[in-house]
Amino acid sequence: MNFALRLGSIALLLAAWIAGSHLLGPRLLPAPQAVVLSIVHEARTGALGFNLGITLLRVLVSFTIAMMLGTFIGIGMGRSQAINRIADPWLIVLLNLPALVIIVLAYIWAGLTETAAIIAVALNKLPIAIVTVREGARALDPTLDEMATVFRMGSWVRLRHVMLPQLAPYLAAAARSGLSLVWKIVLIVELLGRPNGVGFEIGVAFQLFDVTRILAYALTFVGVMLAIESFLVQPLERHVSRWRLKPA
Amino acid sequence: MSPAGGSSRLELHIRQKSYRTASGSRLHVLGEIAFSLAHGEVAALVGPSGCGKTTLLRIVVGLDRDFDGSVALPSHGRLGMVFQEPRLLPWRTVEENVRLVAPHVSEAALTVLFTTLGLAEHRRHYPGELSLGLARRVALARAFAIEPDLLVLDEPFVSLDAALVERLRGELIELVSRRPTTTLLVTHSIDEAVGLADRVILLSASPARVLSEVPVEHPRSARSATELAIVRDRLKSAAAQR
Repeated sequence: MNFALRLGSIALLLAAWIAGSHLLGPRLLPAPQAVVLSIVHEARTGALGFNLGITLLRVLVSFTIAMMLGTFIGIGMGRSQAINRIADPWLIVLLNLPALVIIVLAYIWAGLTETAAIIAVALNKLPIAIVTVREGARALDPTLDEMATVFRMGSWVRLRHVMLPQLAPYLAAAARSGLSLVWKIVLIVELLGRPNGVGFEIGVAFQLFDVTRILAYALTFVGVMLAIESFLVQPLERHVSRWRLKPA
Repeated sequence: MSPAGGSSRLELHIRQKSYRTASGSRLHVLGEIAFSLAHGEVAALVGPSGCGKTTLLRIVVGLDRDFDGSVALPSHGRLGMVFQEPRLLPWRTVEENVRLVAPHVSEAALTVLFTTLGLAEHRRHYPGELSLGLARRVALARAFAIEPDLLVLDEPFVSLDAALVERLRGELIELVSRRPTTTLLVTHSIDEAVGLADRVILLSASPARVLSEVPVEHPRSARSATELAIVRDRLKSAAAQR
């Protein structure tokens, strides 16, 4: 039943696409088969795989940096009033700086380099990760903390077995929202200052008014992210929450 | 507060302990309390509810350092504690919960412990799958597994039915007699105190101070009903005198 509903929904989307293509003409909105042909063509030349790969790499590197830093700072701010007071104004500034400003400044200060691109993306994701993890760190159970103190648990054991499992839902939320945000920002970073990647290709296609290629790249990348979500993020989440009682 | 010394005794001397309440006044919770426990001795702290027993235990285990006085833990200062609630890690299995605090416990020792406490078939269960009685036993197993120099029990059998409490008490006695462990037990049940302890320390209402200390002469296994009744009467008259 659920599967049928999903399939129906996808069919409806496709039908709307085809109808729109007839209405607007193939130049503004090419039909699905034209996009598929374009994907196949780009894949044959090797351009699709190369650009997809390089964008994915940028996503993964900046996402990992932002999540690790965000977890570290978020735990610190959630656990210590002093750290929170010191870091909070910085956090608010970072939260409210538009993505475009961070990207442009990074390119101006560090040049049109890979490092600048990665830093710009990570900085855009960082404050949201911090805010989410801080919320989790504030909600840590003090009674388990006391238990760990009395039994003299080492700090690694404490982090790994007492703290991180409690933070897991918050980390999952940060990862979910983070992954989709990061890949959108990576495209802008590529458009503005990289000579390759999905964002760069879309920029070129924009100048040529090639909607087919724009859709070909965008949809393939959405497919890749969907695969990551369902084959990596969701199984990981199930594994982490295996201890919760399931309805019989 | 003095650091854990080389002595094998628990030495406790609290001059006083008070809190500052939200309204700014000082609340006096503990008065002068001093006692010491020899190696392997089991002492029960008995007092009316709200007299500061839990506060006293928190001071002993080092969770509360804001007090006037000193605590010296027995030699290595290894602590095993059973809180009022089981306080298990819900995302780790029964066995993992025990092994995490006692990484050096041997498989044989663990098997004996789990068998004694009736947990053998629950090793791989998560705490959410256990009843409160079973979770309490896991908490006991965890406290024993590290072979503590001082075992601290904060009303470990509260809110369990009488038959189960009887069983758990028996299991606790078995564990303590198998490996003599200096034990501090808090309870509000005089019966429980007399059944388990070598010495009963009677505390007054808040601010708590020691009203009297009553030794229970015979070993736990050889206590007759009449002897227990005598100790009970002594405690009750001491409690009534103030």
